[in-house]
Amino acid sequence: MKNFLRNIANRYGYAWTVLKGLVQTDFKLRYQGSILGVAWSVLKPLMLFCVMYIVFGRFLRMSDGTPTYPVVLLLGISSWQFVTESIGIGLRAIVDRGDLLRKIHFPNYIVVVSATVGAMISYAINLVVVLVFALVARVEFTWRVVLVPLNIIELYAFTLGLTLLMATIYVYFRDIAHIWEVLAQIIFYAMPIIYPLTYVTNRGGTIASLARLELLNPFAQTIQDIRHNLVAPATQPTIWNTFSNPIIQLFPVVLAVFVLWLGVHVFRKHSRKFAEVM
Amino acid sequence: MTDSIIEKKNSYAERPVVLKAQHVSKYFKLPTEQATGLKQAFINWTKGIKGYKRQDVLKDINFEVHQGEFFGIVGRNGGGKSTLLKLISQIYYPENGSIEVSGKLVPFIELGVGFNPELTGRENIYLNGSLLGFSKEEVDDMYDDIVEFAELEEFMDQKLKNYSSGMQVRLAFSVAIKAQGDILVLDEVLAVGDEAFQRKCDDFFTEIKKDPSKTVVLVTHDMNSVKRYCTRAMMISHGEVIAIGDPESVSEQYTMENLRAEKRATERQRAENGGYPNGLNEKCPILRTTAVSSPLLTSNESFKFEVEYQYDEPGDFYLAIAVHDLRRGGITYDTGSKTFKMNQHGHHTVQFELPLNLFNNGEFRIYTSLRTPSATNPHATDAVGVAIDDRACDFAIRDKRNRDFALLSDRALTITPVDADAVTVE
Repeated sequence: MKNFLRNIANRYGYAWTVLKGLVQTDFKLRYQGSILGVAWSVLKPLMLFCVMYIVFGRFLRMSDGTPTYPVVLLLGISSWQFVTESIGIGLRAIVDRGDLLRKIHFPNYIVVVSATVGAMISYAINLVVVLVFALVARVEFTWRVVLVPLNIIELYAFTLGLTLLMATIYVYFRDIAHIWEVLAQIIFYAMPIIYPLTYVTNRGGTIASLARLELLNPFAQTIQDIRHNLVAPATQPTIWNTFSNPIIQLFPVVLAVFVLWLGVHVFRKHSRKFAEVM
Repeated sequence: MTDSIIEKKNSYAERPVVLKAQHVSKYFKLPTEQATGLKQAFINWTKGIKGYKRQDVLKDINFEVHQGEFFGIVGRNGGGKSTLLKLISQIYYPENGSIEVSGKLVPFIELGVGFNPELTGRENIYLNGSLLGFSKEEVDDMYDDIVEFAELEEFMDQKLKNYSSGMQVRLAFSVAIKAQGDILVLDEVLAVGDEAFQRKCDDFFTEIKKDPSKTVVLVTHDMNSVKRYCTRAMMISHGEVIAIGDPESVSEQYTMENLRAEKRATERQRAENGGYPNGLNEKCPILRTTAVSSPLLTSNESFKFEVEYQYDEPGDFYLAIAVHDLRRGGITYDTGSKTFKMNQHGHHTVQFELPLNLFNNGEFRIYTSLRTPSATNPHATDAVGVAIDDRACDFAIRDKRNRDFALLSDRALTITPVDADAVTVE
């Protein structure tokens, strides 16, 4: 056991050192030159959430009729923000750090991982802000809260897989950045993020039964799970309570794991060539 | 002397191998027909156009470096040195063969080492340290050393973008050499910084050479540094190892190769000109200086060369010969324009010789001109033809007794103190 731990430490110690260095640097640079500095990392989501709360909650009255809906909405938006930030920055990470990759040999997947970890840190801060909103909205937490970390791990794994995949493609094929932007919009609206899933399913007909299939998408599945487990167990449909077939239930989880494996595999296969190709 | 060299070499050979290249080859695919869009890419694909040209940069390279060695890699531009260095540093990967490195390798390959202009000098050192795999505590330990060596104490809290380019390079270089790596890989770094900093680097290299645990791989054009620091050297040309062994003989081979390459270049130029070569004409269609003895000589020898000329016009004519110093610049010697009056018209060859005892090491070139008395000024002459480009002739002096810096050797000239009590001549 001790040997095993030491092997892990030897193998990933270097990567861990690089990751710490890069994440710290990115965080330092993000709010550099602004007067409020790091305070922005909390202030910005707080202010943005206020705007969204007012626009969606009060003006558009986007709601499933429950008082917790604004919090559910913020949770969905901040989760999706994590995905777009992670892929948006991670996609370009290899090319942006090309200068570095051509000069020093280091585990280069770390530049992609550090982009996703940076996005994860923002996400964590956002979640804290959402929790403040949740407390204000008097959300009643249940034991299911302990499941939330699992959902977040799944979301992170799926996102990391996609980011690695697209970062690799971007080195050879810059169009992927534009393709992803369009794709992100499609996914955003094809998922119950700003509208409640019940909004579609309650209409009945074929659209309603198709809408349930949205949950097969790991993004939708994890975001719904996070909402369900964290703030609204009663109102948020998840894949677990919508479908009874275990194959369908496990489909998004398997897909997430598969995409992570694919991302790692493709990245590793091509990463030796990055310094030459750029 | 020879015994001690062999002994030294043996002492390295017994040490563990820290860097081992076996049958390493590397090629790049250079795009010839840019597939600018999907359509073109598709058309190329259907036609079977690959769209790239394969360029072999390194072919079957084999060598070993032992712990504690100071290993020099020399070669002409485009010979594959830098690619080899990137392979050693694991930035590129070989197409065939393998490179094994044991120990922590610290590269200093291109200027800059990937510093971030928005971070301060201190933050950049820590970031760079972590990229090289040093933990924060390890960087803490070497931080003072790095800053002191770079002489940038008062700038460490300034952002890097406010540094001069010289300061940035100095900092990068200091990080590379003061980082506690086992193998240091350096490319052409001896041109870093001002004279004082260079002297400091010089001291550092002399010191690290003595440290048996540190291995250095140095790529350079400067034969002086190869001779001064390296315990062993390797010359590569056109992607192949031409010579490997003691630095003296490798650097001599390098000098020869350079002279040959220069000759080839001028030959090509001449072929392009057509008709009379540059400097010659119908009055003087042939004028050529060629070495008779070897172009690489010691100071004891005389350099023998011959001048081939053709001159069929009536009247007196002369040959004037000038020796140019290629290393230091300037004209070392000139015969004067009316010294050699030629007795035979037509196509002939005459031999000359030049004693070399007065000179230190250097590379020299002999230019010859064929001259006739000037019609207007009885003391002057006009050049009818000059032997330049590949019709000039090069030679080099290499002698263990010689120094490299100044032109004249101690045998030619020494400075003696007037007041013998005040100075001890060592």
